[in-house]
Amino acid sequence: MTRSLLLSTVLSAALALPTLAAQVQPGDVLAENQEYTYWLLDAIKSMDPQINTDVEGSGVLRQLFEGLFNEDQNGALVPGVATSYDVSEDKTVYTFHLRDNAKWSNGDPVTAHDFVYAWRRLADPKTASEYAWYMELMQVKNAADIIAGKKPVEELGVRAIDDHTLEVTIEAPLPYFPKMLTHASTFPVNQKVIEQFGDKWTEPGNLVGNGAYVLKEHILGEKVVMERNPLYWDDEHTIINKITALTINDENAALTRYLAGELDRVQIPAGQYPRLKAEYPDQAVSVPQSCSYIYLFNLDPEKGPEPLKDVRVRKALSYAIDRDIIVNNILQGGQAPAYNWTHPATEGFEMPEIDYATWTQDERTTKAMELMKEAGFGPDNPLKLTLNYNTSESHKKIAIAVQQFWKKIGVDLTLNNMEWKVHTDKLQNQDFEVARYAWCGDYNEASTYLDLFTSYSGHNNGKYFNEEYDRLMKESKTADNPAPLYKRAEEILAEDMPFAPIYHYTKVEMIKPDLRGMGLNNLMQNWYVKDMYRVAN
Amino acid sequence: MFSYILKRLAVAIPTLLLLIIISFLLMRAAPGGPFTTERGLPPQVLANLEAKYGLDQPLWKQMVNYVWGIVAHFDFGPSFIYKDRTVNEIIAQGFPVTLTYGSISFLLAVTVGVTLGVVAAIRHNTWLDYLAVGVSIGAQVLPNFVMAPILVLIFTLWLRWLPGGGWEGGQWQYLVMPVIALSTSFMASIARITRSSMLEVLNSNHIRTARAKGLPERKIILRHALKPALLPVISYLGPAFVTMITGSVVVDMYFSTGGIGKAFVDSALNRDYAVMLGITILVGALTILFNLVVDILYAWIDPKIRY
Amino acid sequence: MVVDSTKMQRLADRLAEQEIKGRSLWADARARFFHNKAAVGGLIVLVLVALFAIFGDMIAVWSNEELDFSVMGQVAELGGPSIANGHYFGTDDLGRDLFARTVQGTRISLMVGIVGSAIAVIVGTLYGATAGYLGGRIDSIMMRTVDILMSIPYMFVLILLLVMFGRSMSMLFIGIGLISWLDMARIVRGQTLSLKHKEFIEAAQATGVPTFTIIRRHIVPNLLGVVAVYATLLVPLMILTESFISFLGLGVQEPLTSWGALISEGARTMAYGTLWQLGFPLFFFVITLFAFFFVGDGLRDALDPKDR
Repeated sequence: MTRSLLLSTVLSAALALPTLAAQVQPGDVLAENQEYTYWLLDAIKSMDPQINTDVEGSGVLRQLFEGLFNEDQNGALVPGVATSYDVSEDKTVYTFHLRDNAKWSNGDPVTAHDFVYAWRRLADPKTASEYAWYMELMQVKNAADIIAGKKPVEELGVRAIDDHTLEVTIEAPLPYFPKMLTHASTFPVNQKVIEQFGDKWTEPGNLVGNGAYVLKEHILGEKVVMERNPLYWDDEHTIINKITALTINDENAALTRYLAGELDRVQIPAGQYPRLKAEYPDQAVSVPQSCSYIYLFNLDPEKGPEPLKDVRVRKALSYAIDRDIIVNNILQGGQAPAYNWTHPATEGFEMPEIDYATWTQDERTTKAMELMKEAGFGPDNPLKLTLNYNTSESHKKIAIAVQQFWKKIGVDLTLNNMEWKVHTDKLQNQDFEVARYAWCGDYNEASTYLDLFTSYSGHNNGKYFNEEYDRLMKESKTADNPAPLYKRAEEILAEDMPFAPIYHYTKVEMIKPDLRGMGLNNLMQNWYVKDMYRVAN
Repeated sequence: MFSYILKRLAVAIPTLLLLIIISFLLMRAAPGGPFTTERGLPPQVLANLEAKYGLDQPLWKQMVNYVWGIVAHFDFGPSFIYKDRTVNEIIAQGFPVTLTYGSISFLLAVTVGVTLGVVAAIRHNTWLDYLAVGVSIGAQVLPNFVMAPILVLIFTLWLRWLPGGGWEGGQWQYLVMPVIALSTSFMASIARITRSSMLEVLNSNHIRTARAKGLPERKIILRHALKPALLPVISYLGPAFVTMITGSVVVDMYFSTGGIGKAFVDSALNRDYAVMLGITILVGALTILFNLVVDILYAWIDPKIRY
Repeated sequence: MVVDSTKMQRLADRLAEQEIKGRSLWADARARFFHNKAAVGGLIVLVLVALFAIFGDMIAVWSNEELDFSVMGQVAELGGPSIANGHYFGTDDLGRDLFARTVQGTRISLMVGIVGSAIAVIVGTLYGATAGYLGGRIDSIMMRTVDILMSIPYMFVLILLLVMFGRSMSMLFIGIGLISWLDMARIVRGQTLSLKHKEFIEAAQATGVPTFTIIRRHIVPNLLGVVAVYATLLVPLMILTESFISFLGLGVQEPLTSWGALISEGARTMAYGTLWQLGFPLFFFVITLFAFFFVGDGLRDALDPKDR
């Protein structure tokens, strides 16, 4: 059911929309200036699709390369290099039909062989890609063994039937498989160029992509400049001529420079949204983004602290957090208070009834105090805990507020601020009691969140274990309609409370009022500059 | 003199080695590695990565390989985080930037600082003197991470005179604010040191003698007083230069200049071992060189010193 | 941001010459110091700042970690300095009382400054005195080591230390203190060399007093003048260094704070209508550093009258 629906969306999109690039709305007059300048917090670490690991890097890669599919303004799949696909009866073999007019920026045609090369490259131990696991996540046949070096890369379940037909075999049916193909690590790369330049192939001048833009300049810590690619198959519909990404390490400095007119898009620092919204109602925007923020409890049988093994204590801790204060008074950017794990706007996700979400904060706090008392803690026997969080203004503010909330129920919380690498290292080695954690969905489907708390997940850092939960998540992989299973899984999380949910993200930004086609309704916040344009009116 | 320089340069080699060892060990002792990422890597992927970057070898061997790479090929290795780049490339891109705005700031700080100090000393105990002292202490204690955002607010947001950041190959508009932010506190220190040392010299016997002889004041100051008065300034310059490179962290962060100051802090936080070591060695070598230049200058100005 | 070592060297030389004249030196110095208006003013400021740090808590209505929920979220409008709600200096972004936080930050910053410079001075003095007194091979090895250490970019090593050991308070003290002992060691060694041949030392040696007792009893006390001046001038530099470290986010842990942390937070938000968050901590920071400079210069001038 899901499959055919999805398939028909893709196909009909292909038929209905011969032009997939910027769709100028009726009444819009294009501006003279069609340049776009946006903000990067940090330098781009790599321009190699199979090496890149971060969100900002993916943002650049989506302009320089094009995968099998793109996403439209609302996040739905639209054809990229692939125009359509077929699925075998057992849902494990996908055949993608590639367009024949796609070209690399050096004029070579983009073929199925380029995808085969790129995907093998991602899995190849010699590439040592940090995102090699994405091939495993996609369940591409033999990916796990190849990454482990047990099988040669040639055995990866991907092959080119001819220049314009790509066949992918996956280990087990995966309803959301096509959605995973907009990820930057699946983008094709040009074998000839990589072999010619080796590690230097991503330098401006050397880099050959198949996206709507080509790389002109890349100066670490200063900027990235891209210009339109005249050889892109849909170049005639591209409107923005030049993209500049400026690295500014301080978000307040970035905002100042936006206000001075140097940038078209910046993030708004925590707490500044209401003021800016009042002052610039047409520029300050806040839209949901697929990430959730939690405080993770360490439930490791050996390394986890004893009191946290008591579900009453975990519940009390979660109840005592006043999420409304956190979102309304600290972050102030339209974030949603969270009482569950999956971002509620995730496609196809149905929110279960979670009891404490409907209580008032007073009720929650009262209940929390009762639970603490039952668990044997109280004013004369305070619970001592340590919270780890990594250096950041807003993590710090939330931590300080939570320290005060927990004080009310007799918890003596020590704050332990550490830089990112140390925080991550301790998290992954279960060397913590309570830790700040956030997860952003890799694709727009609830399993990207829920898989994390299975006992076999590599990211279950709190070492939570529930048999029923594991079973549900395994079932969901082959279920025709996984939504009820996801719902039940969320209920289990609320019963066991292996973490305290805090809030669901929004993307809070200042965007120049003359920009259109920013794709803000796309929950994954994947944007394509080829779809954007500036208006004069 | 020549053999002295040679001797100093000979000491530089063990010094740099010591620096490499200290930094190398400190870095490795720090929790987390370059491939510690939020998503966490499956063990086999991590193993692949470590094999690629040679991190699977024993520590001593890694260190030997590293030093050998530098000595034999002048190769500081690949960056572990900016995987498209080598350390040589990162330094080649960032160092000229830092050096450009650093040297301009340095020259500005020295010329303005010395002038201000001399004027204050000559007009000792006048309002000009008090003003100079007040301003220079004030400037010395105002941290540049306060000054930088103030400058941006004034010149970029309100007056719209200057771009709020960037480098653009070092055009003057992009240099003004970094140079002001970086040089002010050094200018102030130099002014204070010059003033007090000038005062001392002006009260010394040989200047009194010169005055008694009826030489014109201007000549006394330029010919006789300035040179000895500059000695303390010169000995201050060595450490000042290095502090300036460190201070460039703030400039790089606020003005997106892309210099090596920020690159260093990032490399330490990201555990980008090779970049961190590369920049440390560079700054260490510069420190040694600069201390030597200062000593030579010192000997040249003060003939009493013999090496 | 470095103490003018040439002048310190000269001061040390002169103090060594004057030693023979005996105790009246200190009495003279005191008289001269109290004639120096700037220095006395500085001293008064320091006393006031110290009183503020010690007793400020008693006046504070709020603690340094309580969140004022009535202000939180509307800090720009409601969080300004006010006598009525007890936030004399206003609140920070979270609604915490800035007065209490400034008091507490003052304590930390002063402590970092004083402990850091004490470490620098103690290590430097002992090292320099030992090298100078023992002389010969040991001296040249010890001083060569100082030369080598001088070439290490310390701020870099400090950043590495803090990254490695996490941001512990003691690491901060040690790290900051260890930056500055080298100059001190050189100065002290020089002075020790000249003291070594004085009669009273030779007399002590002749009567068989152990080496370290001589260093401790006779050499070190004679270095007090230089040490005092150097330490006073070092404190503000330590405080400045700490503020830089805090700016990098490697400073003390919440809920503790320091001037550097408060100022860098205030500087970030200064365009957002909460200028008091920068103003108050910066005011204390600046006057204290001013005061230390004036007192340090005053002390030096008092001990070294030839300067005037």
